[in-house]
Amino acid sequence: MNEVLRLEGLTKSYGNVPVLKGIDLTVRRGETVCLIGASGSGKSTLLRCVNFLGYPTSGRIFLEGKLVGREITDRSGTKLVKYREAELCSVRAHVGMVFQQFNLFPHMTAEENVMIAPIKIRGLTKSQARDLAAVHLKKVGILEKARSYPGQLSGGQQQRVAIARALAMEPAIMLFDEATSALDPELVGEVLLAMRQLAQDGTTMLVVTHELGFAYNVAHRVAFLHEGTIHEEGTPEEVLVKPCKSRTQDFLRGHTTFRMPEPKL
Amino acid sequence: MTYHWDFGFLLQLGPLLLQGLMNTAKLWAVALVCGLAIGLVVGVFRTSPSRTLRVIGTFYVETIRNTPGLVQLIWIFYALPILTGLQSSPWIAAVVSLSIYAGAYSAEIYRAGIASVELGQWEAARALGFGYINQMRYVVLPQALTRMVPAFGNRAIELAKATTLASTIAFGELLYTAKIIAEDQYRPLETYTALTLLFTAVLLPLSYATIQLERRLGKKGTLHRE
Repeated sequence: MNEVLRLEGLTKSYGNVPVLKGIDLTVRRGETVCLIGASGSGKSTLLRCVNFLGYPTSGRIFLEGKLVGREITDRSGTKLVKYREAELCSVRAHVGMVFQQFNLFPHMTAEENVMIAPIKIRGLTKSQARDLAAVHLKKVGILEKARSYPGQLSGGQQQRVAIARALAMEPAIMLFDEATSALDPELVGEVLLAMRQLAQDGTTMLVVTHELGFAYNVAHRVAFLHEGTIHEEGTPEEVLVKPCKSRTQDFLRGHTTFRMPEPKL
Repeated sequence: MTYHWDFGFLLQLGPLLLQGLMNTAKLWAVALVCGLAIGLVVGVFRTSPSRTLRVIGTFYVETIRNTPGLVQLIWIFYALPILTGLQSSPWIAAVVSLSIYAGAYSAEIYRAGIASVELGQWEAARALGFGYINQMRYVVLPQALTRMVPAFGNRAIELAKATTLASTIAFGELLYTAKIIAEDQYRPLETYTALTLLFTAVLLPLSYATIQLERRLGKKGTLHRE
């Protein structure tokens, strides 16, 4: 199965306010897909639906070809998907999430942050988990800080630990929710570099970002969200350099940080 | 009027006072441990996603916090046996009543401590695949407990003072012992003065330690950083 994640007709409303209005999106194995768009366009909401931190109002989510939840038809003939919390826990364990605010556990060292879920959820022993943590902390270049507490680390270092924490669950797909937006400008680079490395290693990633340079250089595909729909989707070249839709063009014109694409590596 | 202070008789009655002190300490320790345990359960109820559990928790906390501790004690010692047909000893009645009392107040400390943990911490644990209980157990409670320590210190001091309520049902803790001594020796002034000094001597270090902890936590937010 080549496809890791497929969203079909995903909608999400808060009360009567629709935030997502029918999203269809597929992410294939080893692919990096970037979601871009203005604030309030639904990017983060979409990402949070994928691992059920927010529940979709309707639509279907397939993880590695399997429908999450159970589809039922109610009395009026409408098809609904019912979710069980136990199933969602196992889905979340297979979906890595990196947050804007890092959300490291402050009472644990960097290493313990990475070890806790593999021990408690995957059933690894302490020493297995410690080896695993070392592998992933090394991957994001922060092994030397394994014994530090989050409070002793810079934002960039914390975010890299958070990436390692998600990776240690060996997820089918990694979600990044504006992973660099809370960082001081001089710390953005190290996190983007770590993410880029992951993409090059073939990690399947769905990335919500304002870093259009990253999207251009790293993504296989870019989707531009506008008012809860995918307005334009294609290769970075298609969406970021030669967008067809006027909304996309307007959005890109507003982005001072992406006048000229950086040279592709 | 000049009063001739004479503390000498208290030295002779030292063993009796010590017995009272031990009973006070015993009641305090047992009620504190039970109260903290009850409080943990009720505090978790109060923050639970389940409405039923929240209602049960709130009912308990509000009932206990809005009745005097003395009334609760007397109710348990004199009224409850009529309902159940079982007469409990002053010791049991005192332990049960003070545990329930301490439980309601510590539940509020747990609730506030749990509520003080940022939503992002819950979400991060949830995103890793932890269910509600384990989010609480591994991520939220360890952080919340650290923040609760000073509040528990204050609660422990309050409870130590509340143990004197048990004197009303003839449990032989410090105040009850002092009452007996005062009446026996016709020396209430010395006896109750000594009692005051004794409580201060025991509780002052505890108060001081709590203030120190508060200061340390205030600076760092958590005990673990640095």
